[in-house]
Amino acid sequence: MRHIPVTCDQREAMLRAVGCSNISDLFADIPEEVRFARPLEVPGGLGEMELLSHMRGLADANKPASGLVSFAGAGCYDHYVPSIVDHVLRKPEFFTTYTPYQPEVSQGTLQAIYEYQSMICALTGMDVANASMYDGATALAEAAMMACRVTRQRRVVCAGTVHPEWRRTLSTYAGAGTFDVTFLSPDETGLTPGMGHSAAASALKNGDVAALLMSSPNVFGNVEDVGAIAALAHDAAALLVVGTNPLLLGVLEAPGVQGADIVVGEGQPLGNAMSFGGPAFGFFACRQAHMRHMPGRLIGRTVDVDGNDAFVLTLSTREQHIRREKATSNICSNQALCALAAAVYLCAVGREGLASTARACIAKAHYLRDRLLKTGRFTAPWDAPFAHEFALVYDGDVAEMHAAMLEFGFLAGVPLSRIESAGPAGPTAKLAASLVLFAVTEKRTRMEMDAFAGEVASL
Amino acid sequence: MYPSDLKYDKEHEWVRVEGDVAVIGISHFAQNQLGEVVYVDLPSEGDSVNAGEAFGEIESVKSVSELYTPADGEIIKVNSALADSPETVNEDPYGDGWMIKIKLADPSQLDGLLSAEEYEAFVSEEA
Amino acid sequence: MTEKLAHTPGSAPSRGPRSLIFETGAPESRCVMPPALDVPEIDLDAALGGATRSEPPVLPHVTEVEIARHYAHLASMNFGVDSGSYPLGSCTMKYNPRVNEDAARLEGFSGLHPYQPESTTHGALELMVGLADALAEVSGLPGVTLQPAAGAHGELTALMCFRAYHVDCGDARSRVIIPDSAHGTNPATVAMCGYQVTTVPSDADGGVDMDVLRSVLDTDVAALMLTNPNTLGLFDSNILEITEAVHAVGALAYCDGANLNAIMGISRPADMGFDALHINLHKTFSTPHGGGGPGAGPVCVTEALAPYLPGPVPFRREDGSYGFAQPASSIGRVRSFYGNFGILVRAYAYVRALGGEGLREVSEQAVLSANYLKERLREAYDLPYDRTCMHEFVLSGSRQKREYGVRTFDIAKRLLDHGFHPPTVYFPLIVEEALMIEPTETESLEELDRFADAMIAIAEEASRDPELVKGAPYTTPVRRLDEAGAARNPDLRYRPEE
Repeated sequence: MRHIPVTCDQREAMLRAVGCSNISDLFADIPEEVRFARPLEVPGGLGEMELLSHMRGLADANKPASGLVSFAGAGCYDHYVPSIVDHVLRKPEFFTTYTPYQPEVSQGTLQAIYEYQSMICALTGMDVANASMYDGATALAEAAMMACRVTRQRRVVCAGTVHPEWRRTLSTYAGAGTFDVTFLSPDETGLTPGMGHSAAASALKNGDVAALLMSSPNVFGNVEDVGAIAALAHDAAALLVVGTNPLLLGVLEAPGVQGADIVVGEGQPLGNAMSFGGPAFGFFACRQAHMRHMPGRLIGRTVDVDGNDAFVLTLSTREQHIRREKATSNICSNQALCALAAAVYLCAVGREGLASTARACIAKAHYLRDRLLKTGRFTAPWDAPFAHEFALVYDGDVAEMHAAMLEFGFLAGVPLSRIESAGPAGPTAKLAASLVLFAVTEKRTRMEMDAFAGEVASL
Repeated sequence: MYPSDLKYDKEHEWVRVEGDVAVIGISHFAQNQLGEVVYVDLPSEGDSVNAGEAFGEIESVKSVSELYTPADGEIIKVNSALADSPETVNEDPYGDGWMIKIKLADPSQLDGLLSAEEYEAFVSEEA
Repeated sequence: MTEKLAHTPGSAPSRGPRSLIFETGAPESRCVMPPALDVPEIDLDAALGGATRSEPPVLPHVTEVEIARHYAHLASMNFGVDSGSYPLGSCTMKYNPRVNEDAARLEGFSGLHPYQPESTTHGALELMVGLADALAEVSGLPGVTLQPAAGAHGELTALMCFRAYHVDCGDARSRVIIPDSAHGTNPATVAMCGYQVTTVPSDADGGVDMDVLRSVLDTDVAALMLTNPNTLGLFDSNILEITEAVHAVGALAYCDGANLNAIMGISRPADMGFDALHINLHKTFSTPHGGGGPGAGPVCVTEALAPYLPGPVPFRREDGSYGFAQPASSIGRVRSFYGNFGILVRAYAYVRALGGEGLREVSEQAVLSANYLKERLREAYDLPYDRTCMHEFVLSGSRQKREYGVRTFDIAKRLLDHGFHPPTVYFPLIVEEALMIEPTETESLEELDRFADAMIAIAEEASRDPELVKGAPYTTPVRRLDEAGAARNPDLRYRPEE
C-alpha cells in the first residue's frame, strides 16, 4: 500500500503481538451502532503517474493569471519569486518539521523565523513581530482583539477603505461577541476622513474606542496620511492599527515611524505564489510595551548550557497550550513556511532590491494610469496619492471590457464589484459598479502596458 | 523554610502583618513548584483588592499562576524591582521577593490563616 | 549505540550555531535585482504624498551562494519527518508524499489569482468540490467549508456557526463544555466566541464522566467540544449517550478532528452524533507541517448548520460547471479569499491516491502500529489507561521520576540522542509525566522496533545512570537552552550595532 511500509506478513505478526486475531478486534471499543458498515465512497487508488496526470488535467482546466498579462491585485500580487526561494522551501528539513517545540533539533526553523521577525520589525518600524498569522485579514481581526485587551475597551473603529474581505472578516470575528466594530465611510477622495471631518470625530468621541483600524495603501491603492490619523486615534486614547503592503515598505515610510501601535498585513507579495489566494501569511508587529498582549508564537535568542547562541519559542505563557481560555488567541498552527519564503525573498532582493522593486512597481503603475486616462475610456475618481495600485472609472460595461481583454490575454485588473461587499455607503458606493482596480508589478513591461491601453482604446 | 513570624494561606501566599499593613508574597513551596520565575504581573498602587480575588499573576517558562490576597485592602506599595529581576522570587521569597503591601480594611480577615507549622503540614500533604 | 552516545557530555556538536544572515555578506552584495526600468522615473515623494521612507529598512545584503549556504546550514540543524520517526502524539506526523508537492506547484494552481473570472478557474473549483465531497463522506457531515487555515481556525469557525444557529433559535446561550483532557485550543476558542468554559473530568476509563456531564448540562449550554478518539487515544464508548444528552438540552456537539487518523472508514463523526467537525489536513491528509504551518482546517457540519458556514463556498451546478455561492445565513468570512488553496491541492492529491479503501487502511495500520508500540513499552513505563488504544496512547514517566528522579522531560531529551523526535510530553494534562505516542501508519516495523528499543534503553539508562539522562541531549546541534533567560530578557529581533 502507498506510504504504508508494513508488509502483510508483518501485519499478521503485529496483530499476534497485540493479541488480536484480526484488525476489527482493535476497534472493539467502538459500539456497533457507530461503526461504519460500508466502504467509503471516495474515488481514488491512482498510481503516481496517473495521479500527476489527473492533477495536470485539473491544473490545465485553469487559465492562471501568471500566464496572462495581469493587472490584478486587490490583496494578491503577481511579483517575481527568485529561484532560490522555492529551493529553500523544498528542503524536507524545513517543510516536514513540526512546530519547533524541541529547540535542540529545531534550530534551523527557530533561527530562520527569528530572522524573519527581525525583517518584519525592520520593514514596519516596530519593536516586536510574531512568527506569523494566517493572513492579513485575520491579523487585522487579532489586532482589534489585542487592542481591546490593552485598552480594556470593546469597540473598534475601522476605516471603510480597508479591503472589503478584511472588513468582512473583522465583522465576523466581532459577531462572535467579544467586541464591536463601527465602520467609517471613505471621503470623496478615496481616503479615510481625517481630523476635522464630523464622521471621524463622532466615531471616536465617546472615548470608548480601543483602536482605529486602517490600511495604507488602502483598498483603492491610495496612500493615506497615517501620521494625521495616528494623531486622531491617540487623541481619543485609542491605538492605531495599520495594515500595509510589506513590499512597498521598501520605499514607503514605516508605519511605526508614523505612529502606528500595531502593524499588520498580508505577506504574499514577499516571495509567495498567488496560489488562488493561499497559503501565504499575515504579519503582525507591535510595540514592546504591548508585547505580552500579542497573539501568536514568538522566537527569542538565548544560550544553551555550553554557552552557544541558540533560539527558542518564548513568552509562551500568552498562548493557548498554557493559558487556555485566558490565552491571547487560540492560534496554534501558523504559516511558518510562508514566512520562511518571505525571509528568503528579502535576503534575495536585499535592501536595495526591495526598494528598486517597489520603485519599479510604483513608476509602472503611474505610467499605466496615464496611458489608460489618455485612452479616453477611463476617468479618475479622485486625485489621491497612490503607490502600485489605482482605481479608475470605466465609461462602459466593466464586465464586457474585462471579458474582451481576457480574449486578448490580459487580466484587466479587478472590478471593484468582484470583491464582495465593496463597502459601506459613501461616495465610493455610487462608483462601485464602474470602478476597476489596476495593480502593476515589476513583471509588467512598457510594451505590455502600451498594448493593453491600445486594445482597451479600440474596444 | 517557613518563617514562624509569617501567616500563610492555602493558595501558598505568605502575609507579614506590620500594624494595619500586610506584606504579601509567595511561599518557598510555591516558588519551588513553579520553578524559575520569569515574570510577575502586579497591580498598580492605589488599586483596591478583595480577599480571595486574584491581584496578579506569576509566570514560569511554561506555567501561569494567579496571585491571591487573603484580605481586602488598598495597595499602597508594589515591588517594582520584580519587573527587572523576577528571579528574586526564587532566591528570596520571604525577603526581596515580596510582592505587594496593602492597607488592611479589616485585619480580622487574617485570623483564619495558617501558622508556619500548620502550613508545613498542609504542603507536606500536597507534595 | 547507547554506549557510544553515553560518553558525550561536553563534546562538540557536529553542527553548531551559525551567524545571523544579517551578519553575512557585504554592503555591495546582491542576489536578485529587478530589470532596468523601462518607463520614466517618477518623483517618488510626490507620488506617495510625501510618505517616502526616512530610513532604509535593515535587511541583509547577500549573494545567492550565501543564501544557499545559510539555509543549508539551518536545515542541517532541523529534524523532520524525513530525518526519522516523529511519534508526536496528536500531531500525526506522517510522511508527506512528494508528488503532492509537485502538484501544488503546477502553474495552473500556483499561478491563479483569487479574483480571476470563474470561467478561468474551473479546475481549481472542481478540485475544491472534490475535496469537500471526500471530507463529507469521511465525516458523514454534508456541509463543508474549506476556508479555515488551521485546526484552531476551524474550531473558531464552527463555534461561530453554533452561536449564529443558537441566536436564530432565540438564545445565544453562554457556556461550552470541554473535558479536562482537551487541547488548549478548545478553551481558547470558546473564549474568543464569548462563551464561558465548563470543564468536565474524565472517568476512570479515560472517557467523559457521564454523571458530571449530565449535572452540568442545561439550556444555557451552547455546545460540547470533544475529541474522539480522545487525547488519551481512547475511543469513548459512551459517545452516543454523550451526544444524545447534549442534544436533549438543545446544545450542539463539536468534534475536534485532531484524531481523525484513527477512524477513517471505520466510524464517522456524524454517526456518533456530532454536528460539526474540523479536519486538520496537515495531520490526517498528509500535507506537511512546514515548521508550524501552513495547514488547513476545513469544517464539516450537518445540513441544519450548513447555511451558517462562511462563504464563499464552491459548488457544482446542474450543468456540471462550478461556481462560488454564499450560504443563506452565513456568519460572513473567517479570512481573505477561499482558504489555503495550495494545501487543499496536496490533500486532494492524497485522497485521489488512496481512495476510500486506502483511507481505511491508513486508519487500520495507524491503530495497529500504536497498539504494537504500546505492547512493546508496557513493561518499561507506566501505562495509566491499559486498554486497546486507537492511533495513539499515553505512557507515564511517573515510575522513572519517583525512583530515579528522571522526569519525562529528560526522557524526551535523551530520545534526541537516540535519533528520534520525542513524543508529545506533559499532555494530556490529566496524566502525570505524560508521554503521548502516535507512530502513524507510515513507520515501518523496523522503525517501530527501533523506537521501542530506544525507549526501553532509556528506561534502563534512567535506572542505571540517571544523571546521564538528566543531562541529555549531548549530540544535538545545541544542548539544553536557557529558556528562563529567554523569557526574562526577551531578545526577539536582530539589533544592528550602533
